Amino acid sequence: MKSSVKLFVLGGLLVAIALALLVSPFASGNPDGLNKVAIDQGFDDTAEQHALEDGPLAGYGVRGIDNQRASKGLSGLIGVVATFGVGFLLFGALRASRARRPTVDRT
Amino acid sequence: MHIPDGFINAGTSLGAAAAAAAGLGVAVRKTSAYLEDRQVPLAGLVAAFVFAVQMLNFPVAGGTSGHLLGGVLAAVLVGPWAGAICVAVVLLVQALFADGGITALGLNVLNMAIIGSFGGYLLFALLRRILPRTSGGLTVAAGVAAGLSVVAAAAAFAIEYAIGGAGGAPIGTVAAAMVGVHTLIGIGEALITGATVGMVLKVRPDLVYGANGLVPEPLLSRQLQTKPAGS
Repeated sequence: MKSSVKLFVLGGLLVAIALALLVSPFASGNPDGLNKVAIDQGFDDTAEQHALEDGPLAGYGVRGIDNQRASKGLSGLIGVVATFGVGFLLFGALRASRARRPTVDRT
Repeated sequence: MHIPDGFINAGTSLGAAAAAAAGLGVAVRKTSAYLEDRQVPLAGLVAAFVFAVQMLNFPVAGGTSGHLLGGVLAAVLVGPWAGAICVAVVLLVQALFADGGITALGLNVLNMAIIGSFGGYLLFALLRRILPRTSGGLTVAAGVAAGLSVVAAAAAFAIEYAIGGAGGAPIGTVAAAMVGVHTLIGIGEALITGATVGMVLKVRPDLVYGANGLVPEPLLSRQLQTKPAGS
C-alpha cells in the first residue's frame, strides 16, 4: 500500500513536471480575467511593481535563459519542485505535530 | 485572478489577510488532526500539480485567458482543510515568480484558498447529495463546484474592490465584468477539475478524500481511526 502511494505520487509529479516544463510555454499569453477587467475598467495602472519583480524567476522565466519557451518551461519545473518540497515538508510537519501531541488518550 | 499590490488598499488587504489567516489556522488544526502518513506526499503532489496547471492559461473570449485556481480540485483530493493549505502554498511559491502581490497575499489566499477550498467543498458536498452516488456523479459534483467556486472568487474580488479598490472604476461594471468573464473561466475550471478527479478515481479511488461513501472501506476506516478516542 505504502509503496503504491509513492508510485502514484511519483507518476503524478512526472505529469505535473511535464505540464509545467513542456506545455506551459505554449499556454495563452493573453491577460487573465482579472487583468483584462482591470485594463478594460482602467485600473490596471494602479498595480504596483512586485517586490520580487527583479528576482531570478520573475514573470515565470529563468533569468539568463534567452529562449523564452525554455525559460518559461524551466521556471515551471523549478516551481513544481519547490511547491512539492514546501508542501511535503509542511504537511509532514503537520502530521508529525499530532504524533508528538501529548494529549492523545492512551488509557 | 492573482491580485497584484495596489489594486486594493492597505486596510482592506489587511482585513482580508486576517480572515485568510483565521481560515488557514482552522485548516492547519483540522489537517494535523486527520492527515495520515500516506497523505503527506499526496498533499505535496496536489500542491505541485495545482502550481503546474495554474501555468496553463487557456484562451477565453475576447483576448482574455484564464487558468485553473484549483481550490476544489485540491479539496476533493485531500480534503478542504489540507486543500486550502495546498493552494496557499502555491500562492506563496508564486511570490518568487512575482505573481500575485505581497500585501495582496491575504486577499489572494482568501479568494482562492479559503473560498475556493472551504466554500467549494461545501458546494461539492451539497451537490453530492443530489447527484447519483457513482464516480460519474462525484466527477460532475467536483466539476460544477469548481466552476462555481471561480465565480465566487470573482464576486469576492468585486466586493473587495467595492470596499477598497483603487482607480475609481464603477463597482457595478467591475462586478459584472468579473463575474461574466469568470463564468467562462469557470467552465475551464470545471472541465479540468472533473477530468482530473475522474482520472484519479479510475486509478486510485482510495486516494480521493471526497469519494467518501463511494469507496467506503479505506476512507471510513481512516476517518474512524483518526477520531480521538471517546468522541
